[in-house]
Amino acid sequence: MVFPCLPLLRHAASLWYGSLCGRRGYTMPKPVKTGTTIAGVVFADGIVLGADTRATSGSTVFEKFCEKIHYIAPNIYCCGAGTSADTESSTGLISSQLELHRLATGRESRVSTSLTMLKRMLFRYQGHVSAALVLGGVDLHGPHLYTVYPHGSTDRLPYVTMGSGSLAAMAVFETGYKDDLSLEDAKNLVYRGISAGIYNDLGSGGNVDLCIIKRGSTEYLRGFATENARKYRRPSGYAFAPGTTAVLSSKFTRPLKEIAVVEEAGVAEAAVDGAATPATGEMDTTT
Amino acid sequence: MDALGLLRPAASVSGLPAAHVPHAASGFALGDHAGRAPAAPAEGPGVVASASSGPLQRRFEPYQNNGGTVLAVAGKDFCVVASDTRLGLGYSIPSRKVSRILKMTDKVVLASSGMQADMMTLHKTLRMRLVKYQQNHQKDMSLTAASQMLSNMLYTRRFFPYYTFNVLGGIDEKGEGWAYGYDAIGSHEKVSAVCSGTGQTLIQPVLDNQIEFKQQWGAPKVDLSLEATVELIRDAFTSAGERDIYTGDYVEICKITKDGVEVEEFQLKFD
Repeated sequence: MVFPCLPLLRHAASLWYGSLCGRRGYTMPKPVKTGTTIAGVVFADGIVLGADTRATSGSTVFEKFCEKIHYIAPNIYCCGAGTSADTESSTGLISSQLELHRLATGRESRVSTSLTMLKRMLFRYQGHVSAALVLGGVDLHGPHLYTVYPHGSTDRLPYVTMGSGSLAAMAVFETGYKDDLSLEDAKNLVYRGISAGIYNDLGSGGNVDLCIIKRGSTEYLRGFATENARKYRRPSGYAFAPGTTAVLSSKFTRPLKEIAVVEEAGVAEAAVDGAATPATGEMDTTT
Repeated sequence: MDALGLLRPAASVSGLPAAHVPHAASGFALGDHAGRAPAAPAEGPGVVASASSGPLQRRFEPYQNNGGTVLAVAGKDFCVVASDTRLGLGYSIPSRKVSRILKMTDKVVLASSGMQADMMTLHKTLRMRLVKYQQNHQKDMSLTAASQMLSNMLYTRRFFPYYTFNVLGGIDEKGEGWAYGYDAIGSHEKVSAVCSGTGQTLIQPVLDNQIEFKQQWGAPKVDLSLEATVELIRDAFTSAGERDIYTGDYVEICKITKDGVEVEEFQLKFD
């Protein structure tokens, strides 16, 4: 039985201060969560991963076009749901560790390696690192698709969805999934699943990003479907004439040396030699 | 995020002790969706759950927030009242097209955001009172009368309020356009432009700046025409729909002039 070790020592201080905040009644800042619909599907030649692009903080959209498909290795990508900082840090950390591992072993990374690194880290933090991931890639043993839960458990499955829109996407997958899909069918299925999340889940929105991983090639289609661009803008726009903001006082300070803005280096030297040095001082204008 | 912070009375209505329920269920509570990270409760990350929190008392939660944004902008001789039509509940969308607007008379329109059930009951009760007034006085209720009546009706429910955030707009007896903003228990104020609901913090500053020319010291204060006002409102709702998850789908725009009420439908994004 592996005892859950303490989180890294450097995080102990922030945990202590955080609990102090709760006891003294200060409110912690709301974390940016991704809301999210993320999904993955195994098809005939590899993996298709998909994600929406909305990040929310409470009920406000924090970012309309964020990137939820993270790079782990040239042949492994990971979609992340949950707290944005947690998904970005954990995938970034494991990606670095994997690169060092590749240099040490001299081999292409295996998906199960990244899986084990991720789950060991998340279990160590006992669920406080709120990262729910869909990990997919192709290695020497073929295509692999996993889900990783915040507490550290994992599943290996042919089609997966995570995030607040996971039910909407899974409804589409359960209807449309077959074994050995073609590339076009797989892309279409993932696109429809993510779209179901975007339109039916309030935590998800924006565009559909896809990532197609095959043996030997990876295609990251950022903005595969961009149906949710802003539609209306006021024709007259917004203009603010000079004087809209009241100027209460002005103060001008002459620079100590005359500054010459030049186009070519040769001209600059001539200008510096010939420039006079004006009297230094401040010009005050108060209205 | 306590949806009832301002509404919860010190005394308990039900007679039970008013227990402080930590993070009681509200419309904004993260539901038990599969895949949602359960280990990040409302206290926030990095806070260790203290062992000193005692037994949890659950009690019946009478309110829910169905989201939505409403606004009313008054011009010289017209008024525009608009609301979005999305009904939200948690992270779901029970309906994309609900009406939050009540056309009280040819000159007065009410829009309410907040809880849909309370909104429908309030509108029904208002309609009854309007008919009674018309029969007793042989004329429609004026804007000033309607505004005061709504305030009184809300205050009669001072200790178990209607969870509605209302805006009233219309043309008064002199033919001038005015808008009224309300809180849940009837405090109201006559203004030129007011906004309520989940998108309030996103839209109100724009209305303050563009309609009332606040923070524009040197700019001349011009009265906007009806069409210019409607364009501004379409822009404001589009922007609110981008950043507020509870605002979207459609916008119902009611233009009130001396000729009556004209309704326009404007489409927002569905995501």
